Amino acid sequence: MADTLRYREDEPVDHPAVTVDAFLDQSNASAVRIEPGDDARELVPHLERLALVEVNFPAFGDGRGYSSARILREAGYDGELRAVGDVLVDQLAYMRRCGFDAFEPDQQLDMDDVEAAFDRWPDVYQKAADTRTPIWAKRHS
Amino acid sequence: MYKYDQYDQAMVDARVEEFRDQARRRLEGKLTEDQFKPLRLMNGLYLQLHAYMLRVAIPYGTLDSRQMHALADIADKYDRGYGHFTTRQNIQYNWIRLEDAADILADLAKVEMHAIQTSGNCIRNISSDHFAGAAADEVVDPRPYAELLRQWSSFHPEFSYLPRKFKIAVIASEKDRAAMRLHDIGINIVKNDAGELGAAFYVGGGMGRTPMIAPCINPFVPLDQLVTYCEACLRVYNRYGRRDNKYKARIKILVHELGAEEYTRQVEEEFAHLLEQGVEPPHDELMRIIRMFEAPNTDQTAPNDIDRSDPDFALWVDRNTVAHKASGYVSAVISLKPVGGIPGDATAKQMHLMADLAKEYSFDELRVMHTQNIVLPHVRKADLHALWTALDEAGLGSPNLDTVEDIIACPGLDYCSLANARSIPIAQRISERFAETGKTGTLGELKLKISGCINACGHHHAGHIGILGVDRKGVENYQLLLGGSEAEDVSLAKITGPGFDENGIVNAVETVTTVYERERQDGERFVDTYRRIGMNPFKEALYG
Repeated sequence: MADTLRYREDEPVDHPAVTVDAFLDQSNASAVRIEPGDDARELVPHLERLALVEVNFPAFGDGRGYSSARILREAGYDGELRAVGDVLVDQLAYMRRCGFDAFEPDQQLDMDDVEAAFDRWPDVYQKAADTRTPIWAKRHS
Repeated sequence: MYKYDQYDQAMVDARVEEFRDQARRRLEGKLTEDQFKPLRLMNGLYLQLHAYMLRVAIPYGTLDSRQMHALADIADKYDRGYGHFTTRQNIQYNWIRLEDAADILADLAKVEMHAIQTSGNCIRNISSDHFAGAAADEVVDPRPYAELLRQWSSFHPEFSYLPRKFKIAVIASEKDRAAMRLHDIGINIVKNDAGELGAAFYVGGGMGRTPMIAPCINPFVPLDQLVTYCEACLRVYNRYGRRDNKYKARIKILVHELGAEEYTRQVEEEFAHLLEQGVEPPHDELMRIIRMFEAPNTDQTAPNDIDRSDPDFALWVDRNTVAHKASGYVSAVISLKPVGGIPGDATAKQMHLMADLAKEYSFDELRVMHTQNIVLPHVRKADLHALWTALDEAGLGSPNLDTVEDIIACPGLDYCSLANARSIPIAQRISERFAETGKTGTLGELKLKISGCINACGHHHAGHIGILGVDRKGVENYQLLLGGSEAEDVSLAKITGPGFDENGIVNAVETVTTVYERERQDGERFVDTYRRIGMNPFKEALYG
């Protein structure tokens, strides 16, 4: 099992995530796992009782999870947002920008490569779900 | 022209280092080929039949002489002394070594160029009208909006693993010189009755194996919401575009399956939400970009007379120059379609010459056309003879813009790992045939486009005459299509019937032009006659 990378200060949720359907059926779960075909917006009415949302990437080339993450952050979700599955070094920086703050890759990542990936981009062109200031804002500040 | 500031430069420099690092990890075995492939593709690096191919972005087809010289230097230093200009206004090098790729990207970065997102399932290089900023009929120069979208789409964190590739074109005139409605998103900058500028959005067009003409989903998006609207279009696609079948994954299938109305409803809903998210750059940013596309300082006393005493020169002027918004100027098209040549290819020497001529005669600017020719956009009529003389000496003076010799052709089976048939030799034989018979001129505007497989990189669906190469039991076979257009009269070509072999297709093209000559009425182009008389007379002539 590969290490989970976590970029939050709070304590991790200690129980497993349930499916979106199960979450919507039962009232006490605080951790849920989104599959690529799930509609993240179904969770929006229930964000206050969520502490962990896992977004599954069964294959790294399926980018639906990036939209799921941003939608949740745009809706005000501030709990842990964890990318799980086929999570690779070269996708980490974009995932972080979409609001992920934890990563549970299937395969162990080289931490030097991870650090390099997060330090790669001196700036960003777009406003996204992170706190980075877009280049256009810097140009006209 | 747009100039990088320190931010843009830092971003392309970072990209070079990122790719260098990815190549290193691939060589160290930390990345599998499956993992590396989308990463190299997002840097324009394909593995073709014989070697790696590198596709370099030429945003909205605009470049200056320094950049054209750099492209020539790359052809000499890393390739075999030539490059191939593409139907999306880019350039491809066909004989690249993986070990050199990062160094090439570094050379490009020195002249404010890159290969970012020239392939892969992401937002590709934004294309535009090759006469932008020069065309007499444009509402406004569309390129600043394309540049705004270039920056927005570069390294987009949400839209880099889309269901499939995504192509955007931006124009700003009634005449469509960019195949706008055959793009995933086509944007036409228009003026409303109040005189305000806005963007008409056409979404879900494309060629490939399922050609579709994009419907208009919003006739007027205010320009201070352009990025937000694009973001909404893309988000709906990223979430709901099909991922179960690569051949049904383009946005055109989503729009078709949902219906334009339902797709539009979803986009508008997402748009309303995104308007609250502050993703739109401020108006000042658009103004900053617009200021860099100021019109060239043309000479208002430039004469309009052209000495036409040399008939070869006069022919070239008639065929290869286009009206300019400034009196005394034209846009001059350099044909990369010499008779018997490879459409879109230019040698390093020719690229250097075109760069020098741009510097001398065209305010240091060149354009790449989607028809695989080069434009010098702002040329004084008084300089045309000197320009033509220099071009002609270098084999660049072919007077054949928009004629049957001005063929679009994909690389085909000579290079491409996807192709079923060769395209280049067919183009060569056809241009030779019409040059021999001397009919090129009398046939007038006749757009002929050849693809070597159903992916349609050679735009055969949009040809007045289209040719599609297929593999029939191990033998190359060519289907003939008639009646397509990528322009404002956009239409999709229809197949005539059974295909032909290599000699047969050249004869078949000649046969349909004979029908046109027999049937045409005053002023009709080939495609007009076809639309009036229909397929049958052509079929009868072809198949008896």
